[in-house]
Amino acid sequence: MLNQVARLGRGGLAILSTLGRASILWSMALWSLPDFRNGPRLLIRQLYSVGVLSLLITVISGFFVGMVLALQGYNVLVRFDAVGSLGQGVSLTLVREMGPVVAALLFAGRAGSALTAEIGLMKATEQLAAMEMIGVDPLRRIISPRLWAGIIAMPLLAQIFNVVAIWGAVLVGVDWLGIDANAFWSNMQDSLEFREDILNGVIKAVIFGAVITWIAVFQGYDSEPTSEGISRATTRTVVYSSLAVLGLDFLLTAVMFGVN
Amino acid sequence: MQTRTVEIIVGLFVLMGILALTFLAIQVSGLNRNFNSDKSYRLYAKFNNVSGLNRRARITVAGVQIGQVISTSIDPKTLRARVDMAINADVDYLSEDTIAAIQTSGILGEKYIALSPGGADEILTDGEQIRDTQSSLILEELVGKMFTSKINSK
Repeated sequence: MLNQVARLGRGGLAILSTLGRASILWSMALWSLPDFRNGPRLLIRQLYSVGVLSLLITVISGFFVGMVLALQGYNVLVRFDAVGSLGQGVSLTLVREMGPVVAALLFAGRAGSALTAEIGLMKATEQLAAMEMIGVDPLRRIISPRLWAGIIAMPLLAQIFNVVAIWGAVLVGVDWLGIDANAFWSNMQDSLEFREDILNGVIKAVIFGAVITWIAVFQGYDSEPTSEGISRATTRTVVYSSLAVLGLDFLLTAVMFGVN
Repeated sequence: MQTRTVEIIVGLFVLMGILALTFLAIQVSGLNRNFNSDKSYRLYAKFNNVSGLNRRARITVAGVQIGQVISTSIDPKTLRARVDMAINADVDYLSEDTIAAIQTSGILGEKYIALSPGGADEILTDGEQIRDTQSSLILEELVGKMFTSKINSK
């Protein structure tokens, strides 16, 4: 009995200390950006591998998500003779929820796992230790640019996702199913507001980007320096960041949009 | 890959993202047509019943949107519903005897407030009250009244 209580306590302490280490890593890496000699160049390199390389999967999935939303929405709305509201339904769903969340899930799978594996391997091959030996701060050189790249790239990817998805919806709704284009766009414009809907979507994406790269970078930094440890850390990154994104999305929606 | 190529590609990526946001702002949310809450003045009105009237509901004159509902609350003394509205600043010619009526677009559509200006010389300014109001039509009540009157007439 007492043993079990002790085990519970040990587990709790372990979780707390992991969280503590992760927070220290995060705050130190975020504050150690102003390295202007190398900072921008390292950041751009990371933006390339985190953002540009995730672009293709984001665009393709966005296109299909938009097409599916339009098709399903049409099938429901056509019963009520309200197909004109399709634009409104699709764009609200995308801009508020689907865009940031699906783009973030893709980002976690595509970029987050790669970050963890990369940093984990650096740790396993003792590159991080070697950097410290020659007086280069790995936080500043390795961690910080990756964190910032995630925070910058994620909202951009989410907005690109939204636009491509809306384009897919237009293709299916207007071009194939023959909804009146004017009704489609004007309903959309009537119901969406820039500050309330689009900016909140952007804020969501920024938060998701920060959380995903945080989890990815920390899992890599904290992984066991073995091939098995890296593989486990990569899995954990994808699982944790997906859960975090979905859970946070509910919280953020409740805070931002609430109940009218 | 060469640093310069990477830089150019990343620049294009960022540009794409910003363009996407601009597209969303202009084409999807219709930012330019949206109601601008900075350049507006406030009016309020008291109704017996505002059921179904949401925040951000339209306020129209002759079907043209000139403002939106900011909030609905209950007046503690009269127990009537108080609706605060923001009206576009360039619509500064609503006469004092304007009538505010809650109407429905279509049978099942959204509720909105339709203003019908009167002929008085005095105009409404910031913070003033629209005195003449008509509450929302509640379909269930009407149907109920119809039934009870039928039963009573038998």
